[in-house]
Amino acid sequence: MKQEAEMKNEIASMVVTAWGEQPIFQVGDRIRIRPRSPIGHYRVPTYLRGKRGRVERVIEPTGIDNEQEGFGRNAGSKLHYYRVAVPLNEIWPDYVGSPRDGLHIEVYETWLERI
Amino acid sequence: MDLQGHSRPADHDHDHDHDHADITKSSAPQYYSIMETAVREILIEKKMFEADEIRRQIEVLDSRTPALGAKVVVRAWVDPAFRARLLANGRTACEEFDISFYDDTQLIVLENTEKVHNLIVCTLCSCYPRPVLGLPPDWYKLKPYRARAVIEPRSVLAEFGTIIPDDVEVRVSDSTAMVRYLVLPRRPEGTEDFSEEELAAIVTRDTMIGVVPATIAAGRVKQ
Repeated sequence: MKQEAEMKNEIASMVVTAWGEQPIFQVGDRIRIRPRSPIGHYRVPTYLRGKRGRVERVIEPTGIDNEQEGFGRNAGSKLHYYRVAVPLNEIWPDYVGSPRDGLHIEVYETWLERI
Repeated sequence: MDLQGHSRPADHDHDHDHDHADITKSSAPQYYSIMETAVREILIEKKMFEADEIRRQIEVLDSRTPALGAKVVVRAWVDPAFRARLLANGRTACEEFDISFYDDTQLIVLENTEKVHNLIVCTLCSCYPRPVLGLPPDWYKLKPYRARAVIEPRSVLAEFGTIIPDDVEVRVSDSTAMVRYLVLPRRPEGTEDFSEEELAAIVTRDTMIGVVPATIAAGRVKQ
């Protein structure tokens, strides 16, 4: 019998995944939370928009977009959430405390851009 | 109890040989209370769900208390393999013990260490690890905590009596979408001989929100 790793490699060379199945960002990637101001239901707090951080964890499995779910639109639109780390002194320039103190939050893929 | 948690006179049928405070809500219902009643009645009328389903969900929530979370934390303290699984995937580790999640949320368990202190908040509303802790305390849902936890977490912690040394990193986790967080507090020194029940007594709700550490003194207060 083949080793599991060998079989996985073989299959990886055969299978094409659909858009959205694979996370666009990986752990360690530098990102910015997009500074959008959409109208309606949103889950990205205003104080974090436009702030820079890094991807700490890719949250599996993919999930539905809560912002769409809020209007009953769920079908077929699953993407990854990412646990993102943003230094508190990036959010609040006059932050008092250790420069290592940070804010951690899960953000839907559509709200992130690579920097 | 009705759906807002008010006692109904019908629930209160013992003989009255004493005076007590008014047990029915005597003020007029508030805006959101009226809206909730109206929406609920319309949805029941439209047969979207039945009153019994609401009652059942209230029972689900009432069955979840910090005592469940404490059992999970203590298990992680005494069983390193479970601790590893809990930190890797909080939800599936809790499900090992048949703690069901009844929704699509995930659970990330945040480990406090000598060098890292975790605090959880929901700045948008009141996201909380309800499957393992039940309903959040009122202060968790109020704006002062929600705003200040992400602006000045060290000051907020100090007001709970928790002083975090400068060389310890404070990590604030803001739960907003599909992930809930549970803090795994550090096991205090001097508890090596504690039974699992004695350990569970010192794992209070607030230790799992991250506003206080687990301490032996907390167990004494509780007993």
